[in-house]
Formats: sequence, structure tokens, C-alpha cells
Amino acid sequence: MELLYASCIGVLVFCGVFLILRARTFPVVLGLTMLSYAVNLFLFSAGRLSLNKAAVLGYSTEYADPLPQALVLTAIVIGFAMTAFVVILAIRARADLGTDHVDGKESAKKGKVSS
Amino acid sequence: MSMHLTFLPILLPMLAGVFLLMSPFGKYSSNRRLTSIIASILTFIASLLLLIKVQNTGVQIYAIGDWSAPFGIVLVADPLSTLLVCLTTLLGVVCVLYASAGDDKKGSFFHPLAHFLILGVNGAFLTGDAFNLFVFFEVLLIASYALLMHGGNKANTRAALQYVIMNLVGSAVFLIALGVLYGVLGTLNMADMAQKIALLQGDDVYLAKVGGLLLLVVFALKGALLPLHLWLPNTYASAMPVVAALFAIMTKVGIYSMLRIYTLIFGEQAGELSHIAQPWLWWLAMATIAMGTLGVLASKNLLKLTANLVIISVGTLVALVAMQTVAASAAAIYYLVHSTLVTAALFILADLIARQRGQVKDRIVAGPPLLQPKLLGVCFFVAALTVIGMPPLSGFIAKVWLLRETVSAEYVWLFWPLYLLASLAVLLSVSKAGSTVFWHHQEDAVIIKKAHRVKSIQLVALITLIMAAPLMSIFAGPLSDYAIGAATQLHDVTSNINSVLSGGL
Repeated sequence: MELLYASCIGVLVFCGVFLILRARTFPVVLGLTMLSYAVNLFLFSAGRLSLNKAAVLGYSTEYADPLPQALVLTAIVIGFAMTAFVVILAIRARADLGTDHVDGKESAKKGKVSS
Repeated sequence: MSMHLTFLPILLPMLAGVFLLMSPFGKYSSNRRLTSIIASILTFIASLLLLIKVQNTGVQIYAIGDWSAPFGIVLVADPLSTLLVCLTTLLGVVCVLYASAGDDKKGSFFHPLAHFLILGVNGAFLTGDAFNLFVFFEVLLIASYALLMHGGNKANTRAALQYVIMNLVGSAVFLIALGVLYGVLGTLNMADMAQKIALLQGDDVYLAKVGGLLLLVVFALKGALLPLHLWLPNTYASAMPVVAALFAIMTKVGIYSMLRIYTLIFGEQAGELSHIAQPWLWWLAMATIAMGTLGVLASKNLLKLTANLVIISVGTLVALVAMQTVAASAAAIYYLVHSTLVTAALFILADLIARQRGQVKDRIVAGPPLLQPKLLGVCFFVAALTVIGMPPLSGFIAKVWLLRETVSAEYVWLFWPLYLLASLAVLLSVSKAGSTVFWHHQEDAVIIKKAHRVKSIQLVALITLIMAAPLMSIFAGPLSDYAIGAATQLHDVTSNINSVLSGGL
């Protein structure tokens, strides 16, 4: 399970970084989302992976570390808010700048706008 | 009430922000302005009271919800964090006053956002918990994203987009660093982390090192340290000047976090992990100063010039942080207060000058004569002397102190010439900018309307910031005593750990 979990995070980070480097707002937003998923999974694993352990105290003698779960919860909430903001900003940038390139201009070699 | 004083610098701006969003306070701009000004002054008074209390009774530990330290969230008000909270709230008062002259009408919700920004910055200074540091970073960042768009145009949108994406990636790295550190240490309370880091063995040491250095990346991004500084000049120069003045404190949050994390957690007592960031910081600081200097020399308008001055000040501060001695930290604290106030003053001045020059705006070229050359000229002169570091103003004291503390540093033969050359470059650029703006006039200048005269409320804000420089050199004695006290407290890791872990009960 550890191997699967770790490779999942690795693939997500890889895809996220790749998309962020595309330097166009929509892929960048997708990349940021993937990166934040990877981060959330990673934070979750910071409390060690375990099977059959309850997350809630008092119902079982063995319980999983509740703190990373609290951290992940906070990180998810913040991540959603930030993603929502960057989506709106990307739409506005598309309208204002007439292109979805993060530098606001197409590269000089291309004759026409490609998206 | 005085028991909860530590929490007030966070609570008051939050309440102010929430109230200002409601229609009775926000419907009419005069109401909104009055409420906002009163709220910011109240926050400032609360933080001053906290400062006095910390001076009289020592470090204040505030356990939120009475959950004691390693598990609950604590706020720690020590001399350093309280001083910075006072600085933030003072800057908040000044910027709210200045914006009330009309800048707040150029977009929506300036006042609530300014208060939310102050809330985030104060929280980041006061928190004693690494995860809460992240949360407050996000609070101040989302306020800053929205403020950056305030009254914006195209250039602004582009700068904001880059700034937001950079910071979102930064947040992801921050969380990864926190995850690694939590994985090996089992805690995120800074005092508890400091205690446990020395006990690490085997591979955990390397993991903690990775976590610690990832944190360095994040703080370098927030503090605009080379090579992660590229967002700063564009962002600050395209934001509204009053917003940029308010942002003057934001790079300092990154520097403060470095100062805190790398003295408390990765400080002397951390065994193998002590001073992990030092070799990086020292070289990056020097590179940042060099880069900022080039930027200053190349700047074509006043706002860009000031933004590049911010980069030089970041480099200087990080060089002092890298020394990791009590004396250097004391110099850093004095320099930090000085540079925040003077860059804020310069941003505001650049705005006032730009308004009186019509089409030319703040570009450093010959333009129409200013409406109030004497008033703005004197203010610019004082601010320029301060930022260059000429006697007798605060910049000079900060610079001499800095040079004295770096004598014993490694590679001082490189640092001193670099720093002094940087000062020379600042002297050249600022004096060229000043003489061009105030003395070179176009022949066929368009007469500027009287409407652009400096309003009294703007003048109050400007004078407050400008007066800080002479006041900081008149009261240099008490202030430097305070800085030394704060630095001693910062480096006294054992007593910090003990007070946090026992005081929360």
C-alpha cells in the first residue's frame, strides 16, 4: 500500500509541475489543483498509514493520529478558496489581456493565437 | 480584558473587516472611512498596550480555547513579535488614512481587505505554531491578491496573475515542508519542535533537514530573496501606491519567519541540524543585494525604484539573519523597522508626486513643475537621506550598526564592498531621480489642476511616515536597547521553549 500511495503522490506532483510549467492559465490552474491534491495526500500520510484504526478517540483503543487529518481539512478548505480565486483571476486575465499566456503575450514565433 | 490583550491585534482587525463588509458601515463611503480609521487606530492602541505589557511582565503566552501548548494553538507575544505587530498596525493606520482621501473609491472593499491583511500579518507575527503560520500566511495572501487588483488595469492583472500563481506554488511547498516536519517530529508547535529536533536519529535527521530547507524556499519566496524575487518589482510597481506601502510589511513576514524558525527550531541546540540555513542565506543575501542594486540603477520610474529598494533591504536583512548572533539580530530588528517605514513613505511620496505631474506620472524624466515643490521636495529629501543612509537619520544608524556587526562575518571582504557599492548606487539613483523630478521642467508644460494638491489627510499620513526617520534617530538609544532586548529574548531558546510549554497551562 505504501508503494501505491507514494507513487500516486509522485505522479500527481509530476503532472502538477508539468502543467504549471505550460505557462497558460488553464493548464496552470489544473496543475495547481493536482499539486494541492498531492499535498493533501502527503499531509495525510504524515501521521503514518495504518489499517483498521478509528480516527475518533474513545471508540477504540487504537486510533490513527487525528492531527494530520485536521491539517488536511484546513489545507483542503484553503486550497479550494485559492483555486476559486485563481480561476476567476484567470478568466479576468483572459478578458483583459486577450490571451491565456501567463506573461500576457504570445511567443513571437507563432503567427496566430493558439490556445 | 488585559488577559486577552495578546489576542486583540488579531481579533480587532477581523471584527473591523467583518463590520466593514456590512451595509450600515459600508453603504456610505464617509461612514466606511470613519469606521475603518477608528478601527485601525483602536488596533494600534491595542498593540501598543500589548507592547507595554510585554515590557513590564515578560513574554505573554495565550492559549486559544485554553488548550495547553503542545496540542492546542498558542499565541506568543515576545518583544520582537510585539514590536512588529505595532509596526504593522501603525502602517495600517497610515495607509487607511491615506486611502481615505479617495483611493479607496477606485475599487470595491479597500477597507475590509486592508483590515484582513493586517489580521493576517499580525497573526503570522504572533503565532507560536508552524501550521498556524501557514494559515495566517494564506489569510494575508488572499487579502493581498484582492488588494493588488484594487483599481487595477491590464498590467496589474498580469502582475497579479503571476503573483498569485507563484504564491500558490509556494503554499504547496510550505505544506509539504510541514508534512515532512510533522512526520519526523510529531508536532507542529514551534517550541515543541525545537525541543524534539535534537532527539532525532538516523534517517530522520535528513528528512528534517529537507523539511527545514523547503521552509527556507517558502520564506525566500515570501521575503523576495534571490532567485525567487522576480515577482516583486512588477507586483509592487503595478499595485496602487498606497497598497504597495501597505505591502511594505509583507516581505518582512518572510524575514521574520526565517529569524524565528532558524533561531528557535534550527538554532544552537538542534545538534546536527543547527544552522542548516546559514550557508545558503549568506550567499543568497549578497546576490539579492547585487540584484537589487542593478534594479535600482535600471529603474525608470519612482515606484519601480522603490520596489527595488525593497529588494536591497531584504538582502541586507537576510545577511543579518544569516549571522545568527544576538548582536546581528538586534541590528536586523532596528533595520527592519527603519526600512519598512521608509519604503512605505517612498511609495506614498511617489504617488503624490505622480499626481502633480500629469501625463509624465512618476517616470524619472523632465516633466511639468510640481504644484507643491517645497512640501514634497522636503519630504523626498528626508526620505532619500534615510534610505541612502546619510547621517543623522535612522538609515545611517542602521547602516553603521549593520557594518559593525558584520565585521566578524565570513567573507566580510566581499560583503562590505558589495554593501557600500550598493549604497553608492542607491545614492546615485535616488539623487538623480530627485533632481530630475524636482528641477528639470518641460518648457511647454500643461498646467496641473489645483485638485491634485496634497489633501490634509494624505499629508498627515505622509508626515507620520517621514517623521519616523528623525524620531528613530533621536530615540535611537531606547530603541536599540529594545532591539538588543528583543534579540536576546529571541536567541534565548531554552527559556522560550519553557515559557511556551509551561505558560499555556
